[in-house]
Amino acid sequence: MKIIQNIGLLLFVVAILLFTIMLGIGNQRLTEENIPGKTPAHKAAIAEAANAEGILNKDIGNIEFISVFGKVLKKAQQNQLNVPIPDGVGEWDIKIGDWEIGGYTSAAVKKSANGPVQENPILWLLLTFGLAILGGLLFIIPKFYEHPGIKNNGIYHDSLTRGLKLNIRSLFLGATILGMLVFGFLKYQNLFWPLVTLVVGGFIYYLVFYRENSKQNTPQRSASPIHTGWLGVLAGIYLIAFYILLYWFPAYINNWIDMVDPVSKKLSGGDASNWFLYGLMYTVIVIVMGIRMLTKYQHNTYQKVRTFSVMFFQTAFAFLIPEILVRLNQPWFDFKNMWPLDYDFFFSFNIQDLLYGGGLGPFMFFWGILLFVIGVPLFTYLYGKRWYCSWVCGCGGLAETMGDPFRQLSDKSLRAWKYERYIIHGVLVFAIVMTLMVIYAFVFERSQILIFNVENVKAWYGFLIGSAFAGVVGTGFYPLMGNRTWCRFGCPLAAYLGLVQRFKSKFRITTNGGQCISCGNCSTYCEMGIDVRSYAQKGQNIVRSSCVGCGVCAAVCPRGVLRLENGSDDGGSRTEELRTIHISEGEVKMLG
Amino acid sequence: MSHTIIIGNGIAGTSAARWIRKLSDQKITIISSESQHFFSRTALMYIYMGHMRYEDTKPYEDWFWSKNRIDLVQDHVTAVDFENKMLSLQSNSTIQYDNLILALGSKSNKFGWPGQDLEGVGGLYHLQDLENMEKYSKGLKRAVVCGGGLIGIEMAEMFHSRHIPVTMLVRESDYWNNVLPPEESAMISQHILKSDIDLRLGVNLGEIKNDGTGRACAVTVKETGEEIECGYVGLTAGVSPNVGWLKETNLSIERGIVVDDHLQTNIPSVYAIGDCAQLKNPKPGRRNIEAIWYTGRMMGETVAYGICGRPVEYDPGIWFNSAKFIDIEYQVYGDMPAQHDEATTSLFWKHSDNEKSVRINYHTASGEVKGFNLFGIRYRHEVCEKWIKDKTHIEEVLQNLGLANFDPEFFKQYEKEIVDAYNHTTGKKLQLKQKRGLAKALAFLKG
Ligand SMILES: Cc1cc2nc3c(=O)[nH]c(=O)nc-3n(C[C@H](O)[C@H](O)[C@H](O)COP(=O)(O)OP(=O)(O)OC[C@H]3O[C@@H](n4cnc5c(N)ncnc54)[C@H](O)[C@@H]3O)c2cc1C
Ligand code: SF4
Ligand code: SF4
Repeated sequence: MKIIQNIGLLLFVVAILLFTIMLGIGNQRLTEENIPGKTPAHKAAIAEAANAEGILNKDIGNIEFISVFGKVLKKAQQNQLNVPIPDGVGEWDIKIGDWEIGGYTSAAVKKSANGPVQENPILWLLLTFGLAILGGLLFIIPKFYEHPGIKNNGIYHDSLTRGLKLNIRSLFLGATILGMLVFGFLKYQNLFWPLVTLVVGGFIYYLVFYRENSKQNTPQRSASPIHTGWLGVLAGIYLIAFYILLYWFPAYINNWIDMVDPVSKKLSGGDASNWFLYGLMYTVIVIVMGIRMLTKYQHNTYQKVRTFSVMFFQTAFAFLIPEILVRLNQPWFDFKNMWPLDYDFFFSFNIQDLLYGGGLGPFMFFWGILLFVIGVPLFTYLYGKRWYCSWVCGCGGLAETMGDPFRQLSDKSLRAWKYERYIIHGVLVFAIVMTLMVIYAFVFERSQILIFNVENVKAWYGFLIGSAFAGVVGTGFYPLMGNRTWCRFGCPLAAYLGLVQRFKSKFRITTNGGQCISCGNCSTYCEMGIDVRSYAQKGQNIVRSSCVGCGVCAAVCPRGVLRLENGSDDGGSRTEELRTIHISEGEVKMLG
Repeated sequence: MSHTIIIGNGIAGTSAARWIRKLSDQKITIISSESQHFFSRTALMYIYMGHMRYEDTKPYEDWFWSKNRIDLVQDHVTAVDFENKMLSLQSNSTIQYDNLILALGSKSNKFGWPGQDLEGVGGLYHLQDLENMEKYSKGLKRAVVCGGGLIGIEMAEMFHSRHIPVTMLVRESDYWNNVLPPEESAMISQHILKSDIDLRLGVNLGEIKNDGTGRACAVTVKETGEEIECGYVGLTAGVSPNVGWLKETNLSIERGIVVDDHLQTNIPSVYAIGDCAQLKNPKPGRRNIEAIWYTGRMMGETVAYGICGRPVEYDPGIWFNSAKFIDIEYQVYGDMPAQHDEATTSLFWKHSDNEKSVRINYHTASGEVKGFNLFGIRYRHEVCEKWIKDKTHIEEVLQNLGLANFDPEFFKQYEKEIVDAYNHTTGKKLQLKQKRGLAKALAFLKG
């Protein structure tokens, strides 16, 4: 068994190494034919600049090419500035706008790439994805033969899953936030939104530390006190780097994209994009790590059913169906995603795509609205927010599969809870305001509301929340701050579901009388950082807006104290305890 | 302002402090030597096994204490001057009290085995015991755990989690059969063996051998003389009240500190709670020392009411407890002795996987249900308690058994099989009327 697992581990490491190294191999050969440009003028300008730079018809290493081609584009841009614009031709058909740069770079890189990956993408797919899957399964499958039961041995002895010291964690978090803001400034050449973000962030800090008196409440339990798990840090850095490349520098990962071209062609008929690559990786990870989850909770039917559910929704709804829709000339649509998580649902391009794109589009638009207007309140009333967060959602799916080894790293301190409430509701407000502006702008055909340029608001939301928060911090921070950082602190849909769950739902976690021994397993393994024990040890039920109903607290409790249940809607009394611990005088309330 | 000092920051002492603060404004000080803050002793095993860190076992964040004006002193109390209401601390200072609560906990038993004080020998009670285990775990070839019981099995599981071979020497002929009925006891013994723990039943520790440097290197089995080589010896033959250092005082001490129904000792303004307290008048069917978590919690609450001028009698209610034997959870409600008396009938059902069982005892003549023993299945505390308290008839209980089921959603429900088992032995034709579900259980409890 051990040998098979070690071979699996080895294969997996080899696959990751190959996957990383392959980005640097192969050449680019820019020819007249594969010069990008949406108008002949653009093409000609780029060709001229490329010629002047002397890179036409020459093999150049692929990473070097990106920087050289960047210079070419700059030059072409400058040259075009002085070209007179003939009558009847749009200004931007001649001039090259800044917003074209990314697309042109990707297109040039994709078309002119030649090398081992382009020659034999299937081989590379097998060497990376294939080997990683094989290695992963070899590592995971033998676990089916272990005795069913809780499998948390050694989690805090393992460098990958142990977490960070508090000060190192703060360093990472601070550096990431500042880094993102600086990057946002450089990207948009606009200081306004980074500054607004900084001010809002500072205000939340002030509220938590001084208004809520959290300054003296230094959290002790949030991070590893002794050692930092450096393997975890390494994994975190790798993931963060991956997201930065994926979102903002896709040209650098062209070899990965080319490698999955054959899969994309089979499914949708088109070439792969960075989003297709991401979708495929995501699905593969959810499936493989989902199988791991099944081995880990062999004895727990709730966990098994739930894991099957997220595996199914990711594979079918998020990955296969949208691609097949495209093949059938329908709009790309994920039937389980919804506003406000799907923040661009009301963006004009999407509305136009759906409403005027023909076919199923109008139905999709209607469905998308139905989901959050009727679906959320109804299902959350009946089952709690878990119906979405830990059964259906893609972000939740990844968190519950790939993220499971890191769930214990969530911060359980009261201070973290205070941050959580300000930040997540802040994002919800931002999402709503941004969407209202977008709809207003769409209906009244405006681009400016008060002092705000709607395009800029959209862009900043997409950058800050949609990419930096949900992706870079959301997933990149799995090994640093736990697997639900985004779901807990950032997701506007989770905030909305949570409000329904807190105030109008049948769902609660019941505490079994006086059986709690305050051991702390439940709190430790709550990925949402809920201090479950603080309720359980008082005999109080748990009704918290953030609880995603993963059921792990109930699974790890060694005394059978917790049960996720939907009961009659007994409103406020869900939070009362059925039994005080001993003397039933008055209500037992947390003293904290 | 009156000043209450609590010695011991375990569950008993901490509960007392919390409740005093809830009920009054007086000054509270907790003095304890083992750790600065209250931690969950029941979770010691999980620290060693890497499920949690020490920090995670603290039920309250560190700022909780100052916020609630509960002063913490980490020091050892060396003597009590009851006359002058004065404590002497190891740090050579003294401190004055108005009320004193002794919540001293237990210590591991040692029965004078040869070699019991060698290096590489230890119990499992204090944080220091954990450090000791940790110190010898590296490269450890085998550990021997002497003593069955709940702490013995935990220690065996701890070594096992680190792939260290373990031998368990257990005096009884089946694991914990002085508490568990034979069927359950056999089931757990088999589970232990199946988990690759070398369980030796019906044997005692002979002596612990010295390797010449003062370290344990082997044990001998008393009955057979067999020598088992090992690098660590765990002594887990029960615990007893940690009261030795008070024996020379006027305090009335037998096995534990003797207390009345209000948990007062023979000395005014001095109370004892938790593991170290011995009840003068235990409730019928209950022992005078119950060294478990829940009783410590209840005593802490009771004593707080007394100190705050609203005395109530200590009433632990209907017995309940729980444990986990490697992968099998155990819950008990009511009176469930290893051998039930003549007047009682025992309904026993066991799953074919040999890891789940339910036992319900009832009074044969009247049908009153007396208790539940559950393995691998969770039942609702309140529901079982209400049935027992109301002396509900066994057939009423069986027909509504689903009300008690507390297993997670989608878990298979075995209540029907249990009813069938009853029908099978009695020739009756009862039907299960209630399935698992919260709404019905709530209605039952409120109604
Ligand atoms: C490994 C293990 C597992 C257990 N599991 C369970 C379980 O699952 N369920 C259950 O119900 N029970 C369990 N128990 C029993 C339960 O933990 C005890 O009953 C409970 O902790 C006793 O609490 P206490 O407050 O009375 O004493 P303690 O927790 O022992 O606290 C007493 C404290 O007082 C300090 N102290 C003593 N004398 C002095 C002095 N002179 N000066 C200063 N400080 C002093 C001690 O150092 C100690 O820290 C378990 C016990 C152990 C060891
Ligand atoms: S409280 Fe329990 S069910 Fe809810 S998120 Fe935390 S671990 Fe999951
Ligand atoms: S895991 Fe169970 S026993 Fe432990 S603190 Fe949580 S509810 Fe209590």
